[in-house]
Parts: sequence; structure tokens; C-alpha cells
Amino acid sequence: MSGKPRLHYYNGRGRMETIRWLLAAAGVEFEESYLEKKEDLTKLQKDGSLLFQQVPMVEIDGMKLVQTRAIANYIATKYNLYGKDLKERALIDMYVEGMFDLNELLMKHGYLPANEKEQHFANMMDKTENRYFPVFEKVLKDHGKDFLVGNQLSRADIQLLEIILMAEEWKPDVLAKFPLLQSFKARISNIPTIKKFLQPGSQRKPLVREEEVPKVIKIFY
Amino acid sequence: MAGKPKLHYTKGRGKMESIRWLLAAAGVEFEEEFIETKEDLEKLRNDGVLLFQQVPMVEIDGMRMVQTRAILSYIAAKYNLYGKDLKERAWIDMYVEGTTDLMGMIMYHPFQPADTKEKNLALIIERATTRYFPVYEKALKDHGQDYLVGNKLSWADVHLLEAILMVEECKADVLSAFPLLQAFKGRISNIPTIKKFLQPGSQRKPPTDEKFVAVVRKIFNI
Repeated sequence: MSGKPRLHYYNGRGRMETIRWLLAAAGVEFEESYLEKKEDLTKLQKDGSLLFQQVPMVEIDGMKLVQTRAIANYIATKYNLYGKDLKERALIDMYVEGMFDLNELLMKHGYLPANEKEQHFANMMDKTENRYFPVFEKVLKDHGKDFLVGNQLSRADIQLLEIILMAEEWKPDVLAKFPLLQSFKARISNIPTIKKFLQPGSQRKPLVREEEVPKVIKIFY
Repeated sequence: MAGKPKLHYTKGRGKMESIRWLLAAAGVEFEEEFIETKEDLEKLRNDGVLLFQQVPMVEIDGMRMVQTRAILSYIAAKYNLYGKDLKERAWIDMYVEGTTDLMGMIMYHPFQPADTKEKNLALIIERATTRYFPVYEKALKDHGQDYLVGNKLSWADVHLLEAILMVEECKADVLSAFPLLQAFKGRISNIPTIKKFLQPGSQRKPPTDEKFVAVVRKIFNI
């Protein structure tokens, strides 16, 4: 038994990617078991390893954790990325829930049929640029500090960097109106554990390619 | 001035109902300001009080909290309904995410197009009886205790009771194969703060009917 967390998911971002980011940022080495076909998922379900028959699932500290947020909460708390008290946690939670909502929009895009893509793109970029990014730009502006909450690195910063990079994949100049987010991006990207995760060869997953979509859909449907 | 928490939402259940349940279970009195028209929502947005332009929003302890889970986590932690350590929190989080998924299906049901409603209802019952309820029945069976986690009332118990009652509104005998959940339901319903919330005249909201669906569609432009 290696003792490292083991992630069970398909070899793509989906709902597991945020968890990979948090573990990587915390400097925690982890292993991955990939679902490649439906039988792989069925096997995990039959083994009783998936509390609600779903992935993500992470084996960590003797538990088989499921549910993205439960897993992320556990990792963030264990590695001190969740603020120092209840009020900081409240702020982090608010910011991070907004980011999860935006993540859903960005993540979904690659899996949509061609005829739905255009409208979805417009909506997702509108939300990115008019609903979410202005909030985080303002947070940084109002306190003038390097991190979103409590003047220290938290999951909110890691998850914001993740979202920024995902949005930039669709619109490279999406940060044009957000100077503080630009410097935030550079600053957080330079944190050694994160810098390492951003390099080729890390466990960070690429954007899903159109050719892969049917294979992923077959695993789950 | 501390004051009572003040909830901003429509007069319906939606995403605010779990928050009402949790505050009530914790014995916390709260006030509500209802959004009745599109203009009410626009006003909140223009006042700059909604971080992401969305409700639920709860004024509590000097904050204007948004995002359902953020609000629920805060209330749970503040009122000792979130377990005693990290591992208990993990279990509570897992259980609550399950009941959130189940209640989410029920919440959206009245908004489904008429031709898929029946199929959707069948799916809700199937998920409840084959994916979700068995998990909680087993949890209670395995440890033989009165509460889901840590032998003490937590957010997970309150949330599960809320989910059970919502599913029963869809199918009254849905717990027939789950004896421990039946006993759980009786037990948790009898907790004084919860018993009070279950009585007529409380701030608990009724199920969403077709008339209210039209109101909600107008307010949120959906």
C-alpha cells in the first residue's frame, strides 16, 4: 500500500480536475486509475466502492471519498487551504461555489453537440466576463493583497487560477479588462508546486478533444 | 447589532428551503424578505448585494452570504451540526451531497416540459429507492445508532429528513422497503425544533404548484 491518494476517473478533466489541482498545489503526490470503458465503471459499482455509484472517487486516508465537493473540502482542510476560521471559510466557500458554477459551464462546452456550441459559448463567456471575473478582480482591488482570502494561499486562489486558464483556452484575451487578475495569474502560477503542475508531463489533463467525446459518453451512458 | 438572519428568496422552496430547515433545526429564528416580481430581483442586483447576481442570499453575522452550500456550511459549523473532526465532516459532506442531488431532481421537476414529466418522476423514484435511500439505510444499519454520523444530530440528518419528506410527497409509500429510515424519520421529526418546523404556521414552504412555476419563471426569466 503506497499511502498516496488514488483517484478514480476517466483520463480527462471533468469533475476530477479541481481535485488534481488542489492535491498538486498542496504538494501531495497521487496515483490515478482510469476508467476507459463502461465495464470499468460497472466493476467499481459492483465492488461497492462508489457510495452513490458515481465517480469522482478518491481513496485517501483509509476512506473512499466521493462527491467532488466532499473530496475538495477534505483535501483543503487537511492541507490548510481553507482559511483560519469560520468567517474566512465562509468567504472561501462563496468564492469557490461561484467558481464551481463557472467550471460547470466551461467544462460542459467540449461535450456539447455542434449545434448547441455557439449559443453556449456566448453564454459562458458572458458569465465569465460579466458575472464572475469582475467579482474576483474587485476582491483583489478592495484589499490589495496577494491572495483572495486571509492574506494566505487557499483553495480559492488555486481554483481561481484553474478557472482563469480554462477560460483563456476559449478566449485568450479574456483577462484584458482585469489587470489584477493578470498579475494574480502570474503570481499564483509561480508558486513552486503549482509551477510544477503547469509543466508538461504533470498529471494536469488537457482540454477534451472532440474525437474523445463519444468514448467518454459511452462510459457513463 | 447581531439581529436575526434575514433570507432573501421567493416564497417557494427552491434552493432556500434547506437553509430554512437547517436554521429551524438549530433553533435559530430568522426573517424573510420575499422576491415577488422581476423588479424585486433587479433591485437586489442594482443595490449590489448579490455577489454573483443570484439568490439565495442570507444576511447573517454582518455578511451577505450567497451560494447555497456556503450558507449551509456556515450555519452547520456555527451551530455544531458539522461533526467533531475532519473525518466526520467528510462523511457529512458526502451524505449531504447525495441528498442535494436527490432534492435537486425534485426541485426541477415542476419546471420540466409536460411530455417528460412522467418519465422524470419515475427517474426520481428510481434514484431515491435504488441509489440514495439504500445508502442511508445501510449507514444506520451498520452502526446501529440514531444519527447518521458521530452518534449526534448533524446537518446530514436534517437534510435527509427533508429529502425523505420531499420524496414522500411524490410517492407516499416510498419508504416501504426501508425500515430504519422509517424509524429515523419518526425520530428526527420528533426533535422539538424540527417538530415545531413541521407544524402548520411555520416558515416551511409548500411544494411548488403550476401557478407558482409561472411566477418563478417570470422572476428569473427562465
